[in-house]
Amino acid sequence: MEMSFEEAILELESIVEKLEKGQLSLDESLMLFEKGIKLVRECNTKLKSAQQKVEQLIEENGELRTEPFEVEKEGKLE
Amino acid sequence: MVFEEKGIYTVHEFTLAVKGILTSGQFNDVWVRGEISNFTNHKSGHRYFTLKDKASQLQCVMFKWYGNNLRFELEHGMKVLVLGDLDVYEQKGVYQLKVRAIRPDGIGELYKAYEQLKNKLAMEGLFSPEHKKSLPKFPKKIGIATSPTGAVLHDILTVIRRRYPVNLLFIPTIVQGEYATQSIINSISALNKTDVDLIILGRGGGSIEDLWAFNEELVARAIFNSRIPIISAVGHETDYTIADFVADVRAPTPSAAAEIAVPDRTEITNHINRLGERLIENQRRNINDIASHISELEAGVEPRLFLERLADYMQYIDEMTQRQILNVKRILEAREAVFNAHAGKLDAVSPLGTLLRGYSITLKLPYKALVRSVGDVEKNDELEIIVNDGKIKSKVNDKEVCTWK
Repeated sequence: MEMSFEEAILELESIVEKLEKGQLSLDESLMLFEKGIKLVRECNTKLKSAQQKVEQLIEENGELRTEPFEVEKEGKLE
Repeated sequence: MVFEEKGIYTVHEFTLAVKGILTSGQFNDVWVRGEISNFTNHKSGHRYFTLKDKASQLQCVMFKWYGNNLRFELEHGMKVLVLGDLDVYEQKGVYQLKVRAIRPDGIGELYKAYEQLKNKLAMEGLFSPEHKKSLPKFPKKIGIATSPTGAVLHDILTVIRRRYPVNLLFIPTIVQGEYATQSIINSISALNKTDVDLIILGRGGGSIEDLWAFNEELVARAIFNSRIPIISAVGHETDYTIADFVADVRAPTPSAAAEIAVPDRTEITNHINRLGERLIENQRRNINDIASHISELEAGVEPRLFLERLADYMQYIDEMTQRQILNVKRILEAREAVFNAHAGKLDAVSPLGTLLRGYSITLKLPYKALVRSVGDVEKNDELEIIVNDGKIKSKVNDKEVCTWK
């Protein structure tokens, strides 16, 4: 399962702390470092590619449905 | 005569006739302004009171099914606006207003009602910090309940788009007027059925009357019961509604609510980059540590040092050899001393000693055989006699056997 953004940042923070404490074997530190760099890239990519979708929730005959909400339309509603 | 023309009513018939006229519609849905007195909150749940002004009085009853929506409790002397229909209480033959709604009349009364509800809900613990739900750090989808018109929605959308684009679900909500309370409650309930993980409940600034729906008990309870955390952003910075107290977080303005709802993308990018830098820095240090440890270990087996150590060993061996030689010499010397001592002792028993004491040794020539007996020689044998200081050549002239002992 894909990590949420929040989980990814928490994981990255914990890796940085582990490396900061030191006392790791070369293999361990290389593994953590690699994972950390990967997380930095992933987080940055996620941040850059974050897209916004604005929808409107409509209640009709007790049923809920959503439809795209065009920001330009605001003001014309009601 | 009038009564002859129209006939005679019974009391009940008369009452019904009056009732027919009074309830014909002219006095339905009327608002009456007055001051409450003789208020009785009957144990049946119905409320009875008299509405009066300086000149007149009006009997009022509010049945409990209407009273349930009452946003404050009636108090003697309270100035109110009541909405109701005129009716006649047949048993007593009095007309009365069947009240469906009561609103505080005037700012003072609104504040009184506000204070009343605030105290009540505070006592119930609806504002307690332990009931506050924590907001998601990185919301995935935010529900926005506010009016489709007005600046609030625009402000929220703008701020969120700028800071951190996240999916939004907008639900048009009536935030002012008679239908506002129900609309707000519906919106909260509808959003609770969706996958939003945060709700912003917003409304622009206005008078206490404009904001009144956000001071309704039902709205407060809807906010309290929401499964999803709610940020309230009602009115201006200085306006505090009951909704603000119940909400999980109160934002002074709709823009501020948007800022609270989502983190700033630039800040997060900086945070991530700082983490990345620390990652590299720490790893560089770790590698250096490990490298210097390795070179320490390497120093132990370096060729130059190995030779040095080898030379040390060789020198040691030389030293040991030298020491061995000295030891052997010392042993030999010791042996020699012992030998000399023994040689001395040997002198004492050597034939040379005998010669010194005056004895001699006789040898028969030419073979220098030791002469021990008369029988060893014959007449005219050549002899050599060894004495202390030399040799004497002689010849056997005669021989005679003698017994010396």
